[in-house]
Amino acid sequence: MFDIFKDLIFSSGFFSLTGGNMVMWLISFVLMYLAIKKQYEPLLLLPIAFGILIVNLPLTFLMEPEHGLIWFFYHYGIELDIIPPIIFLGLGAMIDFGPLIANPKTLLLGAGAQAGLYFTFFAAVLFGFDLQEAASIAIIGGADGPTTIYLTSKLAPHLLGATAVSAYAYMALVPIIQPPVMKLLTTEHERKIVMKKLRPVSKLQRICFPIVTAMTIMLVVPPAAPLISMLMLGNLFKESEVVERLTKASSNELMNIVTIFLGLSVGATMTAGTFLNPKVLFIFFLGLFAFIVSTSAGLIVAKVMNLFLKDKINPLIGAAGVSAVPMAARCVHKVGSEANRRNYLLMYAMGPNVAGVIGTVVAAAILLKNLG
Amino acid sequence: MPELLSPIAGNVWKILVAVGDKVEMDDELIILEALKMETPIFSEDNGTITEIKIKEGDAVNEGDLLIVVG
Repeated sequence: MFDIFKDLIFSSGFFSLTGGNMVMWLISFVLMYLAIKKQYEPLLLLPIAFGILIVNLPLTFLMEPEHGLIWFFYHYGIELDIIPPIIFLGLGAMIDFGPLIANPKTLLLGAGAQAGLYFTFFAAVLFGFDLQEAASIAIIGGADGPTTIYLTSKLAPHLLGATAVSAYAYMALVPIIQPPVMKLLTTEHERKIVMKKLRPVSKLQRICFPIVTAMTIMLVVPPAAPLISMLMLGNLFKESEVVERLTKASSNELMNIVTIFLGLSVGATMTAGTFLNPKVLFIFFLGLFAFIVSTSAGLIVAKVMNLFLKDKINPLIGAAGVSAVPMAARCVHKVGSEANRRNYLLMYAMGPNVAGVIGTVVAAAILLKNLG
Repeated sequence: MPELLSPIAGNVWKILVAVGDKVEMDDELIILEALKMETPIFSEDNGTITEIKIKEGDAVNEGDLLIVVG
């Protein structure tokens, strides 16, 4: 009788618990708090937080290769790169590229903001990360979760948890991180600029956009194909207006389903052994740096464009060149309306914002091509 | 007769005035919701509201007539 009892205790998880596990529980609880109470990206942070918790309960072997339940989610969903493109399908079905089509100049802002990635890439190399790791950290500056996960899982899978959490955390913190940078780099006068009304966009243009963009980008940067093809297919569904069921399935059901597996798997990569090392702190620091540099780059490109433009743009919209859609555009709108209450920048900012998504994918593809 | 046009596409979240109300320049008249963000719309004239063309929950496009101030 005593033996059975003893056996039960020794085969329980308690004896295998480490201090590191408990630190990870704490991190998990903090993320749960941020997701539930503060509603910071709860759709992703909540499954991530729970994934962290359960993978740090010893002897469950949930991430044991070829055996664990969550390992299978991780392997088929992330290691084989299936989930991020499916998320892009859903994003494409939700994104309105109209403001970008109406004002194609804003594509430059979406591209300009990617300059931050390259700065961070070199900064990370200086800090002693190898090239693959540096690229995975730099992409955080693009503020695009699925792209960050896609690139990290290919180049530096051991950093996946840290880069993903950092990307999603900074996206949620856009309203805190961006405004000081925006105010520092623009004058009150510039922030007050009211932009020229956007021209209307025809249905034909809306339908042609995903087709032409898909062809152009995939011909120029073939490694961008998995993400761009799905993004543009989703957008074609939406703009064609004839396959409402597919549009809704892509942007709702399918997206929600894969989000569960994505969040849980990303969280489950964060065992105490992989996550609790000083490198991770650097990743969060460099990720923040990337985000700030990208925001600044977008603002500066906008100011440079104004030197040449007759109808001045409000340089604030450059900050929306990071791809956190639509958080960055909202943030631009808010800062703009603080300077001039009759300034409604939301739709103008959506142009560079959606261009930023495309820009981040292209930047990731270039990194992948050279380092993969 | 001055007309207040919607500066932005979105949904009418709240209407803060009624027909007959006296309003002044820069009074907050309507709150629109676009991309899950509340955007207040301010009066561009002094006067009395003579007509409200929208109701709460309506979807409006940029340039749609919202309110007539007499």
